[in-house]
Amino acid sequence: MFDWRWDFTFEILPRLLLATVNTLMAAGAGYAIAVVLGLVLALAQRTPYRALTYAVRELVEFIRSTPLVLQIFFVFYVGPQFGIRLAPWTAGMIAIGLHYAAYLSEVYRGGLESVPKGQWEASLALNLSPARTYFRIIIPQALPPSLAGMGNYLVGIFKDTPMLSVIGVAELMHTANAIGSESYRFLEPYTLVGVIFLAISLPTAALIRVFEAWVRRQLGMS
Amino acid sequence: MSYLEFLAEFGPRFVDGSVVTAMQTVLAAALAIAIAVAMGLMRLSRSVPVRWFATVYIEIFRGTSLLVQLYWIFFVLPLFGISLEKFTAGFVAVGMNLGAYGAELVRGAILSVPKGQWEAALALNMSPAKRMIRVIFPQAFLNMLPPWGNLLIELLKGTALVSLISVADLMFESKQINSTTFLSAQAFGTALVIYYVMSRFVITPFMRWLERVMARKMGRA
Amino acid sequence: MTKETLSDFPLELEGADVPMVRFSKVTKRYGDLTVLDSLDLDVAEGEMVTIIGPSGSGKTTVLRMLMTLETINEGVIYVDGKPLTHMPGNGGLVPADNRYLRKMRANIGMCFQHFNLFPHMTAIENCMEGPVHVLGLPKREARERSEELLEMVGMADKRDQHPSRLSGGQQQRVAIARALAMRPKVMLFDEVTSALDPEVIGEVTNVIRRLVAEHNLTMLMVTHQMGFAKDISDRVCFFFGGRIEEQGKPEDLFGNPQRERTQQFLSAVKEAS
Repeated sequence: MFDWRWDFTFEILPRLLLATVNTLMAAGAGYAIAVVLGLVLALAQRTPYRALTYAVRELVEFIRSTPLVLQIFFVFYVGPQFGIRLAPWTAGMIAIGLHYAAYLSEVYRGGLESVPKGQWEASLALNLSPARTYFRIIIPQALPPSLAGMGNYLVGIFKDTPMLSVIGVAELMHTANAIGSESYRFLEPYTLVGVIFLAISLPTAALIRVFEAWVRRQLGMS
Repeated sequence: MSYLEFLAEFGPRFVDGSVVTAMQTVLAAALAIAIAVAMGLMRLSRSVPVRWFATVYIEIFRGTSLLVQLYWIFFVLPLFGISLEKFTAGFVAVGMNLGAYGAELVRGAILSVPKGQWEAALALNMSPAKRMIRVIFPQAFLNMLPPWGNLLIELLKGTALVSLISVADLMFESKQINSTTFLSAQAFGTALVIYYVMSRFVITPFMRWLERVMARKMGRA
Repeated sequence: MTKETLSDFPLELEGADVPMVRFSKVTKRYGDLTVLDSLDLDVAEGEMVTIIGPSGSGKTTVLRMLMTLETINEGVIYVDGKPLTHMPGNGGLVPADNRYLRKMRANIGMCFQHFNLFPHMTAIENCMEGPVHVLGLPKREARERSEELLEMVGMADKRDQHPSRLSGGQQQRVAIARALAMRPKVMLFDEVTSALDPEVIGEVTNVIRRLVAEHNLTMLMVTHQMGFAKDISDRVCFFFGGRIEEQGKPEDLFGNPQRERTQQFLSAVKEAS
């Protein structure tokens, strides 16, 4: 079929699967950064300090409206200009983590805003501390409506990891490019990369929906 | 070199790159809208094969990366006898990718039109096509404008990837300038600001304006 | 909230007949709108005071200010003799800090129109949340206290249900138990029957009747149910335009209202029901 070579396919498959591990690690690490940093960005917009709210809001808008690939270049190359050398992995994780933190902060913000005002008032009437109010009352309720968005961006970050290849992170795309330039065959490596992405992202998306329903049940909210 | 000197020397190249980025964005957007409407309607079709085709298209383009799709279209498609020039391959890839996301918006917006509207159109004995064109789609269109604003910004950002197949867009120019001057902060920083201005001060206001105009046209303002 | 020091208010109320709650020249504005206009109101210990009046008369604001859900523009509120949202400092009264506010808030419990139960906690978990995590009671003790209260409001058999499984009347009864579990000195009931279906209003009012009969709690209640207010109140205040237009014993205010606005309001309410 269209000059598809199965022997070559099986020759490069182990290499691509090994690179898939790197891709998954990059996605996982980037997501971990984004989940935590996103919460910081969301909560920073809820303090009484107007200037802080405004500054964080603009930062989030800026990150969301500029290309990730450009941000990856920026983080990777600007450091050395000022004497800070970042390894490709470090720069990549900073860029992708920050990018998705901006998106997740919007998800969290929506989730927090979806909690009725009465819940804050009841917490105050019971004299709960602000920390207790956030962690025991508000965040558990903000979580279920945030899960769909959080899941989408987990799959999203996974699909954006190929951009890390531009600064030499040895993930799937980088490996496929390397195979292509060694063998002058692009059909198999690029197609396999697509298949691997599909094979991971489609079941993950389905699993996330199951997980979302499970969390709702655990919290007694369905 | 001061930043002003930097701008004086490389400004024209940023402008050239921005023009290419704008062209890529407009062409990709046109393609994405056409695909989104087609696939969105096909997803709602009564015919199983038609629905199935749209679903496969959407899942494939949403399930893999834009960069993978771009490389596939540019490097692999020629093996099938379809050779696209890099500029064309660029906006085709971006348009096909974002079109898949747009299809879900179209589908959702059509389903969000109240059932009573379908029934009223049926009661007037409109044909299915008339019903869709005259009654359902105009209302759905208004509902989906706000998410399309976000999608167009994603599309603009997506066009930055065409630099990786050497289309001389804004991203490409800034990379070139960086590699000759090593002034990374200036080169990439300027490009970031230009992308930001395009999203925040061109696309967003345009979409808000369109929302207002359409709302007024449909008597909802 | 006023930033400057208030010097013409006492730092603390002293004497034999210190009221449990005192509003002293309290003004509340939202922008140009004055919701409470230099309000003076005393509530004695153990007294049940009901506030009635047309919507927008500021009656709910009185309760919300007592619960510190609203800031205060002018005047001082005293609870058990101590200023609520101010504390002594700078030779007079200054706006209270968070520590002082939390200490004072412990005196007050509130039930809301829309119950505001925590949806991710069962009935008993709702009741135990405050005692365990604010008062620092051991779990066992908090559980006993909560079970007792759920028993009192007739919800003991539903203790392990989440709010989504309970009817409005049942949720409101749990909310009353939750507030009482904090052992407040003052209980506030803000239109607690307004969101309920008519057939379940009785189960909530009966709980409040029992509270009035068996406990010596100070209570303030905002309600639209005139019959209920008449039955259980020690005193009824008719609010109009951010002021108390008329107040008195329920039999006087309902039986023989003196002011024209009170008469109009009461006859309008009678016609509607």
